[in-house]
Amino acid sequence: MAFLDVRHLVKEFRGQRGWRMDPPVVRAVDDVSFSVERGEVFGLVGESGSGKTTTARCILRLVEPTSGEVWFRGQDALALSGSALRRARRDMQIVFQDPSSSLNPRMRARTIVEEPLVIHRLGTKAERRERAAELFRLVGLDPEHLERYPDQFSGGQRQRIGLARALALEPSLIVADEPVSALDVSVQAQVVNLLMDLRERLQLTYVFIAHDLRLVEHACSRVAVMYRGRILETGRTETLFRSPAHPYTRALLSAVPVPDPDARPRRIAWNPEDVDLTLPLRAVDNDHQAAV
Amino acid sequence: MPGSSPPLLDVRRLTTVFDVGGRALPAVNDLSIAVHEGETLGLVGESGSGKSLTALSILRLVQPPGRIAAGQVWFRGRDLMSLAEREMQKVRGAEIALVLQEPGSALNPVFSVGGQIAEVLTVHGRASRLEARHRAVELLGRVKVPDAARVARDYPHQLSGGMRQRVLIAMAVACQPSLLIADEPTSALDVTIQAEIIELLREMRAEFGLSMLFISHDLGIIAGHSDRVAVMYAGRIVEQAPVRALFRTPRHPYTAALLASVPRGEVGRRLRTVDGSVPALNDLPRGCAFAPRCPDALPECRSETPPSVDVGPDHAVRCLVHGAGPRRGD
Repeated sequence: MAFLDVRHLVKEFRGQRGWRMDPPVVRAVDDVSFSVERGEVFGLVGESGSGKTTTARCILRLVEPTSGEVWFRGQDALALSGSALRRARRDMQIVFQDPSSSLNPRMRARTIVEEPLVIHRLGTKAERRERAAELFRLVGLDPEHLERYPDQFSGGQRQRIGLARALALEPSLIVADEPVSALDVSVQAQVVNLLMDLRERLQLTYVFIAHDLRLVEHACSRVAVMYRGRILETGRTETLFRSPAHPYTRALLSAVPVPDPDARPRRIAWNPEDVDLTLPLRAVDNDHQAAV
Repeated sequence: MPGSSPPLLDVRRLTTVFDVGGRALPAVNDLSIAVHEGETLGLVGESGSGKSLTALSILRLVQPPGRIAAGQVWFRGRDLMSLAEREMQKVRGAEIALVLQEPGSALNPVFSVGGQIAEVLTVHGRASRLEARHRAVELLGRVKVPDAARVARDYPHQLSGGMRQRVLIAMAVACQPSLLIADEPTSALDVTIQAEIIELLREMRAEFGLSMLFISHDLGIIAGHSDRVAVMYAGRIVEQAPVRALFRTPRHPYTAALLASVPRGEVGRRLRTVDGSVPALNDLPRGCAFAPRCPDALPECRSETPPSVDVGPDHAVRCLVHGAGPRRGD
């Protein structure tokens, strides 16, 4: 069994109840299945509303899925409760998109980084202090700055604090939800490199959520393209980027601006009505599936 | 592009400051750029570089504590800085139009989009109210809004982000301006919609003979959309060149670093980075603002502000190390 195995995941949200009407149901995640091997960087790609963030939150049980299965390290993650759930949650952590809104501005960096340890009642006060300094060094921050508040750090440094917090409990899986899209270009590269270094040093597995295809192509070994709650195509990054099989993937790839004035990209137009969302994924090549 | 005729827009030594705590912090610093007839100048920079404030300064829309401290903005033979406010109002929207990043907040939620396009025409006296209504529908058609007559009656919240941006472009071209300033017009949009809007802007440019100042942080969009490019860092233009020269032979280490930090699909390769981050306005270093992050910096870079030096045809750079080359007038 894979390190992380998501099977037929469905998440429905109910809207407001109308007059004499049943509340409308939105399927944010619609029969999503994929598996991630240990040490892999798995990319979930899609535009806004594609369901990529909801999928990630279901895996972490930050929202409860409507149906489906999530197997994490051989355990049925959706069946866990109580202390077993708390233990599993230590092992899977999330890094959020916008470090300026995901860090409490009234907390010192030290409190933010130590908080997971406090919640899970790990270590003495002195040990937690030591661990915070160690985490700061790990993400390339100066432990002397632990007493500062988030607004005294730059955007890139704030994202490093978010990462230090996520690493505090020594997780094996990190879900990174658009971890660099709020950062400046020259700072994005620093954070991406840090994520990749940490993966090697700490043997982490990532689910990497992004809308920036250039970044996904760079960072991920395998990728799934989502659209309106469904995976339309998945496979090895190189294969999928070189020979996309689904018309939506082709349109998406052709829309990415290329930083080369002589590239004359032929944009492949695309009509949402052309996509048959009922088609199942089928193998089109070795480790490459598409809903065509 | 730059030929014998004077440029359409000629910004000369513009400085815009923020008056904070008794200090005047230069957010736009001694900036000179020109947009020629029919040309698109790309202005690229990271957040806080001063690129949006440059756009607002050109249109004299800077709000306190911001203040235009020095410089001239020549547009069709007039210095906009010396115009009376009433004259300036006739320029805004009619001769120079502005398209902003966030299509959600740029539209008024309580008026129909058709009404808002019509208002641009009536305010500038280009049409009667009835005429303006018809023109609004026609303009929506020209920016490829399907079923324009119906959409004209819609309110902004009924439209998608891409449709709202089309409405804003229709408003921008309504009075047939000669210059369009587009400030990150696609940054809030999904990549497929972004590509459609970029294509639309290109068509509008040809159809209306627009000249453009195109502001973006995305080098990919700048590459595909500009004739010339100006790179901004900490309030200054550090390099300015024709698009090909800038992408092929960047001279300023900051330009080179920006280009190198874009992932280009080499799976698993480390990205080249520059250490540190953009300096805060109240903490600008002496000398070249990029020197503390620069791999090539010399001691004098930390004390002297580099002048703008010509290094090739229409290619200027502000760098003490990489600014060597044929100088102006040599």
